[in-house]
Amino acid sequence: MIDTLKKDWFSNVRGDLLAGLVVALALIPEAIAFSIIAGVDPKVGLYASFCIAVTIAFTGGRPGMISAATAAMALLMVTLVKEHGLEYLLAATVLTGVLQIIAGFIKLGGLMRFVSRSVVTGFVNALAILIFLAQVPELQNVTWHVYAMTAAGLGIIYLLPLVPLVGKMLPSPLVCILALTALSIAIGLDIRTVGDMGQLPDTLPIFLWPDVPLNLETLIIVFPYAIALALVGLLESMMTATIIDDLTDTSSDKNRECKGQGFANIGAGLMGGMAGCAMIGQSVINVKSGGRGRLSTFIAGLFLIIMVVFLDEWIGQIPMAALVAVMIMVSIGTFSWDSLRNLKKSPLSSNIVMTSTVVVVVVTHNLALGVFVGVLLAAMFFANKIGRYMAVKVDSGEHGQTDGQLEGQIEGERTYKVVGQVFFASSEQFVQSFDFKEVLERVTIDVSDAHFWDITAVAALDKVVLKFRREGAEVNLIGMNEASATIVDTFGVHDKPEKVEQMLNTH
Amino acid sequence: MINVVSCIDGSPGAFAVCDAGAWASQRMATPLQLLHVLDKSESPARTDLSGSLGVDSREHLLDELVELDAKRNKLALEHGKLMLEAAKNRAAEKGAQDITTLQRHSSLLESILELQDDTRLLIMGRLGESHAGQAMAVGSQLESVIRAVHKPILITLDQFAAPSNFMIAFDGRSVTQNVLDTLIASPLLQGLPCHLVAVNNTSLDRGPELQAAADKLTGARFAVSCTVLQGEVQAELQAYQQEHGIDLMVMGAYGHSRIRRLFLGSNTTDMVSASTIPLIIVR
Repeated sequence: MIDTLKKDWFSNVRGDLLAGLVVALALIPEAIAFSIIAGVDPKVGLYASFCIAVTIAFTGGRPGMISAATAAMALLMVTLVKEHGLEYLLAATVLTGVLQIIAGFIKLGGLMRFVSRSVVTGFVNALAILIFLAQVPELQNVTWHVYAMTAAGLGIIYLLPLVPLVGKMLPSPLVCILALTALSIAIGLDIRTVGDMGQLPDTLPIFLWPDVPLNLETLIIVFPYAIALALVGLLESMMTATIIDDLTDTSSDKNRECKGQGFANIGAGLMGGMAGCAMIGQSVINVKSGGRGRLSTFIAGLFLIIMVVFLDEWIGQIPMAALVAVMIMVSIGTFSWDSLRNLKKSPLSSNIVMTSTVVVVVVTHNLALGVFVGVLLAAMFFANKIGRYMAVKVDSGEHGQTDGQLEGQIEGERTYKVVGQVFFASSEQFVQSFDFKEVLERVTIDVSDAHFWDITAVAALDKVVLKFRREGAEVNLIGMNEASATIVDTFGVHDKPEKVEQMLNTH
Repeated sequence: MINVVSCIDGSPGAFAVCDAGAWASQRMATPLQLLHVLDKSESPARTDLSGSLGVDSREHLLDELVELDAKRNKLALEHGKLMLEAAKNRAAEKGAQDITTLQRHSSLLESILELQDDTRLLIMGRLGESHAGQAMAVGSQLESVIRAVHKPILITLDQFAAPSNFMIAFDGRSVTQNVLDTLIASPLLQGLPCHLVAVNNTSLDRGPELQAAADKLTGARFAVSCTVLQGEVQAELQAYQQEHGIDLMVMGAYGHSRIRRLFLGSNTTDMVSASTIPLIIVR
């Protein structure tokens, strides 16, 4: 136990410290920007980022992943803040944490496997688009100075890393912010600054129970938001964890991460912060900067609050243009450009899933809804594909063209042989494969090479049998036991290769 | 397939582990398996503090990290293969018959636990690569291995020569009964003179228990000499060992609770770090 503790925290002290600092510097503009998206004072986002990062460093299941206030969550709380105010947001944040802890205990982390890759890509693309769109208001109805500043900021961010030696030592977003702030103070530009957007923190966060009446009415207001926040928070956290797993070639404990996110959000809500989750962009920056252990997340949170509390006057001077430049970078970095290039190569169904996820999110500003639509579509496409893996063979006669010739047929008798997967998506086609118009005395339906996956399939078979009976035929069912073995929910052959093989061989 | 498993690394003591493996595999007529684990380094090879995210930086970062790991691990793999080859030759020289080599990715402890069911005796050097040159240290992995593994472990020092006698550190606990059973069942030390030594540091009389143990060993055709010493456990055992020219010590492992061990250490760890002869630890 002490060994894992040591490994998680202190196996990479130098790298974690440096990366933590870089991340903290990048977190400050983001936390401010996301507060603005949510419609609250910048201090709410900054407190949240501090609390979440520090808590998740201890409670999270993925060392090296950065969690803080995020765009995905901020977008979900806009209407709650607008209609009910900050205190209800804090209450929703605490409730979100509770829901996430419950999700961790009932092991919902495993449900991530139902979210297909196309949905994940759609999610990050939609997120990137939303982050970008959130910057647009800052660029409307402003003087040309703001455009010039933003362009200069982007120039610094993207060109500085190309400079040899210095480029890889200095965080370019920080240089961008410092340079633009210095410039705007020096020439006394009258453009919007962070200080204009609301209150900045001047003290450490303090423990405060959200000032809302504890009654059913509050719950009814807060609960729908909390559910969406909990869902989106877990989704983005699980996705980010998978990305970090891949990058570092290590594994993470997804259910512990769920609980960790919960504790972090409860902490944030009670300290005057908004709900947050894991951040894809920041976590990638952390890994890129050499952060691997829990120490990096902890340092990021700690350094953020130190800087914010002591430099609050200076932070207030940062022009919004600099912030916009940083956020455009985050948006470009989050978007999966690869997915655009692969549009031609990927199958149409996965493109549709990806695009619908993006469209639904961009229209509704609700990532939970987008993921829901994406998962649903992906499941339908899959069911449709598997549904095609079903055929009914008939013996020679009018249907003689079919390949399943069965010999020894007597007049007035017919044998149908069903092969493949029968379930809700293929049951209609299953029923249509029988010819009820034919006058028969005996019908044999051989289902020993078929699999009935659900009640719909059984009902379809019952319907076929009944129909034949009504026409006056005697029906003989063969192999029903083998076929319906797959109906029980606990049906599982995945861990026994020979069983899977045996099952597939029957076709 | 049941093996004697020797853990090979780049430390100076690796040849002693080979020699011990060859000796044990011949005594027990069991194949020898030489294990080398490619431990994954946690610290990143290169850092980029630019903190910016460009187009597809996630994909690029992944490619970059994979590339770096691939280079590093290829070298480590080659290096490990050479080490195993050298170890195999050494063990063959020392007369081992049936030698297999095994390379695994993951941590040493994990690999050993995976192999545990097919292991008859585990052989490790007292010091790992990173501790070379420190006289009284215990390798960083050894303690956790001793704690987790339920098979007998032979711990070698820098050199290993086939022992001509051995002693059993007896304290009457059930672990020691286990030691006796294991010894009797194994041909490893059969036929070597056995010194059964108990140290009394309490008023408790260990005489009868010791006699019973001696009878048990004699019954299994060991030539046993019994001794009861007074005083501090570790110092007395060491003095006895030097006086009688003992080549190998057999003892039970970790009788204490985890918490007590955390604060006070245990006899076992002390014995392992202070010993000047190879030890066999039986759980």
